[in-house]
Amino acid sequence: MASYKPTKITVYPKLGEKVTQDTVYWKNYKAPIQIKEFGAVTNINFSPVAPHNFAVTAFTRIHIYGPFSHEPVKSFTRFKDTAYCGRFRSDGQLLVAGCEDSVVRLFDVNGKVALRMYKGHTKAVHVTDFTSDSYQILTGSDDYSCRLWDIPNATELNAYQEHTDYIRCGQHLFSMFDGRVDKSVMTLDHGQPVESLLLYPSEGLLVSAGGRFVKVWDLLKKGQPLVSLKNHHKTVTCLCLSSNGERLLSGSLDRHVKVYNTTSYKVVHNFDYAASILSLALAPNDESIVVGMTNGILNLKHRKNAEESKEISGQQRRRPSYRVFVKGKNYFPKQDDYLVSKPVKQHLAKYDKQLKKFNVSKALDTALEAWTRLKKPEITVAVIKELDRRGTLKNALAGRDEQGLSRLLYFLIGNLFDPRFAPVLVTAAEMILDIYQSVIGQSSVVDRQLLRLQEMLEREIDYQQELLEVLGMLDTVFASSLPRKEDESEVGALSARCIEAR
Amino acid sequence: MVEHGDIRVVHRGGSKINSREPVISSDSRLLLCASGECVKVFSTSTEECIHDLRGHTGLVTGVLLRPSNHLQAYSCSADGTVRLWDFTDGILIKTYAIGYPIYSIHASPNHERVIFIVISTLSEKKSELFQLVAVHLPQSGDRLVEARELSAVLSDVSSNPAAIAFGRGGEYIVSAKGLQLEVYFFKKQKSYRFSLKENNKKGRKNTFTCVASHPQDDCIATGHEDGKIRLWRNFSHKKEYTYSTLHWHHSVVSSLCFTPEGTNLLSGGVESVLVQWRYNQESQKDFLPRLGAAITHIVVSPDGALFCTSHSDNKITIIQSCVKVSAIIQGLVKGESLSTDLMVDPRSKAMVLNGKPGHLQFYSLQRDKLLFNLDIVQQEYIHQSGLQQFEVVKAAFTASGNWLASVEERKQKDAELELNLKLWMFDEQSQSFVLNTTISAPHEARITAMCFCQSTDSQTTMLVSTSKDGHFKAWQLATPAHTEDDGPSWSCDFVGAYHSLVPECCTFSADGSLLAVSFQEVVTVWSPSSWELLTTLSQPPGAIRDLCFGKLSCSKYLVGTTANNLLCCWNLLTCALEWSTSMNTSLLLADPLSENMAAFCPQAGFTDLFVFKPNEPRPLYSHKAVCSGNVTRAVFAPREEMLDSCEESSQWLNHSQLYFLTQCMDLMTFTTKAEEARQMAASKQLVIDDSIAMTPFHLLLGKHRGQQQQQESGQDSLSAERTPLPQGSAAIKELLQTPAHILPSTSFLCSMFVQSLLISVTDSREETKHVEEEMESEKEEDSEEEEIESRAVRPPEMARCGQATETATLTKAQVKELRRVKKLDHGWLSSVLDL
Repeated sequence: MASYKPTKITVYPKLGEKVTQDTVYWKNYKAPIQIKEFGAVTNINFSPVAPHNFAVTAFTRIHIYGPFSHEPVKSFTRFKDTAYCGRFRSDGQLLVAGCEDSVVRLFDVNGKVALRMYKGHTKAVHVTDFTSDSYQILTGSDDYSCRLWDIPNATELNAYQEHTDYIRCGQHLFSMFDGRVDKSVMTLDHGQPVESLLLYPSEGLLVSAGGRFVKVWDLLKKGQPLVSLKNHHKTVTCLCLSSNGERLLSGSLDRHVKVYNTTSYKVVHNFDYAASILSLALAPNDESIVVGMTNGILNLKHRKNAEESKEISGQQRRRPSYRVFVKGKNYFPKQDDYLVSKPVKQHLAKYDKQLKKFNVSKALDTALEAWTRLKKPEITVAVIKELDRRGTLKNALAGRDEQGLSRLLYFLIGNLFDPRFAPVLVTAAEMILDIYQSVIGQSSVVDRQLLRLQEMLEREIDYQQELLEVLGMLDTVFASSLPRKEDESEVGALSARCIEAR
Repeated sequence: MVEHGDIRVVHRGGSKINSREPVISSDSRLLLCASGECVKVFSTSTEECIHDLRGHTGLVTGVLLRPSNHLQAYSCSADGTVRLWDFTDGILIKTYAIGYPIYSIHASPNHERVIFIVISTLSEKKSELFQLVAVHLPQSGDRLVEARELSAVLSDVSSNPAAIAFGRGGEYIVSAKGLQLEVYFFKKQKSYRFSLKENNKKGRKNTFTCVASHPQDDCIATGHEDGKIRLWRNFSHKKEYTYSTLHWHHSVVSSLCFTPEGTNLLSGGVESVLVQWRYNQESQKDFLPRLGAAITHIVVSPDGALFCTSHSDNKITIIQSCVKVSAIIQGLVKGESLSTDLMVDPRSKAMVLNGKPGHLQFYSLQRDKLLFNLDIVQQEYIHQSGLQQFEVVKAAFTASGNWLASVEERKQKDAELELNLKLWMFDEQSQSFVLNTTISAPHEARITAMCFCQSTDSQTTMLVSTSKDGHFKAWQLATPAHTEDDGPSWSCDFVGAYHSLVPECCTFSADGSLLAVSFQEVVTVWSPSSWELLTTLSQPPGAIRDLCFGKLSCSKYLVGTTANNLLCCWNLLTCALEWSTSMNTSLLLADPLSENMAAFCPQAGFTDLFVFKPNEPRPLYSHKAVCSGNVTRAVFAPREEMLDSCEESSQWLNHSQLYFLTQCMDLMTFTTKAEEARQMAASKQLVIDDSIAMTPFHLLLGKHRGQQQQQESGQDSLSAERTPLPQGSAAIKELLQTPAHILPSTSFLCSMFVQSLLISVTDSREETKHVEEEMESEKEEDSEEEEIESRAVRPPEMARCGQATETATLTKAQVKELRRVKKLDHGWLSSVLDL
């Protein structure tokens, strides 16, 4: 004797983005804070030491912000022209910046005036940085040269003249230099002007961004290109690694920041911003994301606290305690015990209990309860479908009062145009109209809902027509663009694919 | 059987067991039911078929216990004979030749040596009129007796055996036909007719469908087409008869039955609910719902303990006192139509076809038994006639048996077709198929064919389905991009079409490198790796009906049959027609294990079989008129062990066996003489008698279901046959419960085990109860003697019984005890001597 088979709730494929670990992680930021700067934010750099202040280079100033304040902690304004590339030293005490006037300035983070000025470049210095031993500074300038400076003496140690274009970060060809030798060690060709470079902490991989491409190079294999990513549709301007080195972030003029998995180099998350992105930085431990844009707006996103994110999960309904479930579970019968097996009781949902008793109207009522109707419309639709299969949908729909009917119509208005539910609900809607056409005009509530349904139907029909027009256009485009083969079946297959895709 | 004498078409099971009502033997242990041309005897507790009673040459139309001897049974058949069987041993006792096809058989204990049979009216006109005749069975010692003494009792009866019933004590016989109920009293030799109006108020039919009469009361219950049951009383008067109406069923009542004491009335119908009405308190009723399929017959065992219902899905259910289903005897289910092809599951080697609505059945060809049903639709089946239900219409297996694809469809009235394509993965752990992917609406119209890529070495599994909407789609197993929770699932890989023609059939080549799809009269050959159209083959006129790639050495050939009586063989290397022959082929199929192909060709009401290899247009084997009618389904089932026949004509049967279904849905196969001889030898197997003791081994191996009930009821009614269980024995417990690796050697355990199986003396006390009854009279005499004897020094029997006691002097209590022991042993011994 078979037991009752419950109504099957169709599982529909989830629409939209799939929720992955990454989306959960990267979505766990608070609402962004916007700070207006004087000009386009060209560079953002986090101090490597706590409390992780960050330097924002915008127009002729460098502002230093604290991790939580939205006012600059400090600002360096003694630039004669546009400042470039304000960067912290690894101990967080010194800051170096280039300038349009070709002078490189070194600041003490606590001071106000420049400690040292390095003069030697003949054109604007766009790139400045400390070397890893933190006693030297490397600068790159529009005069096609790269120079290495000694910090204490303010003397020029070395100059590399091999570049043939402005050094913005590197350029068309970018070269690797060894500080001890005055010649390039390696030259890599990116193909487009390089906007940003990033060296992995392991120093084995180099990431370059230029044009619409982000390329990864393996330095240990003589600069072999590892992968080329083309996920942006405008120039990629900045690169950044997450704190654990497992995710790579790239910002672009197309106003997106993309997060890549560094093992598969697939995009795992995407941030949208209001304007083209020029600079991007991540605080240690990914505590905040700071993005600078062309319109001079600095966008800060702080990570949610542990308590805040917990609050959401705490809202879930409390389940019976663990003890209830384990009670008697680990009791094993003794040798002489006589085992009486309890028949497993089949648990049925409320609507199934009614369906089992052939109470069709009640089954529909239970499926139309507010919670099910709003939160899980697929259950309601499945029950309607089941009633239709049993040939009793008409009986279930008939004989309703104003309230019941308006609830039904309310559900239809909400879900009739969902393509997943439409085939089932259209039959139900037709039946409702058939059954209740004699009483139209008796209740203002029902009439209003019917009018609304009609209005939405008309709009939907218009949409469909437009879609069909677009499809027709696409078909023509495909048909003309495809090389004509001896058989048209290819075209047929392709257009069939289009229909599928739609 | 014209050309080759040694290959024979044989009937291979699958016949109906629900055509006539089954019969339960008086001890409730055996169940007899008519099945095709034989009567099958089943055990009610183990569900096993104990033996077949073979002998009839036509369809068996009725089985009946002989009223005067409950160990014998009559069976009647369309071949015009009534046979008397000893069904416990399966021996044919007598054959009565009647000479007319018999449609049903009835008997009552009141009428000795007379049986009542239904035959068609002896008029020359070929009409659908039947009459009930009484046959006097002549007494003679011969095995074959002519019984020509027929006397008509009732004319114009229904051929349905349920519409005729004997009344209380066989005093009258009731027959219902159409809207008329007729009661014939044997004593008065008079019949009364009662008729109902054609339609009642609601326009539903009043037609009688079945009758049953109360065993102790003058009351007749009739079932009607509108679901009503009427209880007729006082029908010995023409005018003053009365009836009361019971109504629960919503459609036809197909069977009615009173329990032997007459306390309950059982009824069943399309709803597949067994309803038990209390007699005289009809408002009280019990239900046993969800029996699986519409009930066709209800039978109660003579002691009233077992109910037995046959169902429309070729199933017999045994129910213990309207509470619990204790056993299910399931035959090959034949739905309204066979919509799936016959297939062979590569794992279980079972034949697979659609069975119960919404199910696929796995049917063992070797054992002629249904293995299990796979629920494809997974929806509650609503037992209501005229309701559109989901039906499984297509199914396919991969070569390894890991994947099963099924298509179910439901056609609504307003042309809205609901289609689901489901893919099932074989789960090693549960040893069954588990649903992996459901694709709702895979095509816009009905699916015409579906096949898996049969190559075993390819990494990807591919399924191709063709549909009436003009497309064929390839489905591929793909791992999802985000590999977190769910495993691989199926998705559409390619959609193909050709000149907006309708694709009819599709097939993959043996190595999976080519796909052939036929579009009406054009065969298109595609490469599944690049989805490129490689070539088209066409042989107009006539649309392609079947397509098969050659196997092994003939893999360069593609064979197709057209609707225009043409069998074509194309060479795929030259893309040209190799040969063609004109024959009307209804079915073409290829043996998966050899190059052979079989073609069934209907010709003048019969079907011929041709077996050939694609490389030459000469048949290897041909068989004229394998059966009447058209063969539409057949399958090559791989053999478990290869035959090594070297004769050319029978070589094609070496690797696989060809099964086919005839138009009347009989499963037939081809066998050779050598094979038959071997099977005969193998069939002399031991039939497990269910009366053996319920040892712990039985508990392990036997069926768990309903064991407890059986034991309890067994104690009441048939404890006599059952020996008590040596279950409590420590030795057996130890043997079964200690893990195998720490058990001592078997030789050590053997003696202990054997001893524990011996019936100890204390146990024999209960056991010999029945012997006591036999010996009662004897004992009474004995006890008187013993009273005297016990005063004597030492009874001589005691030494004989081996119960020698050393005590020289006995107390009074001891003497009493001794006397009791002696009594028992005496009985036990004499029973041994009796044997």
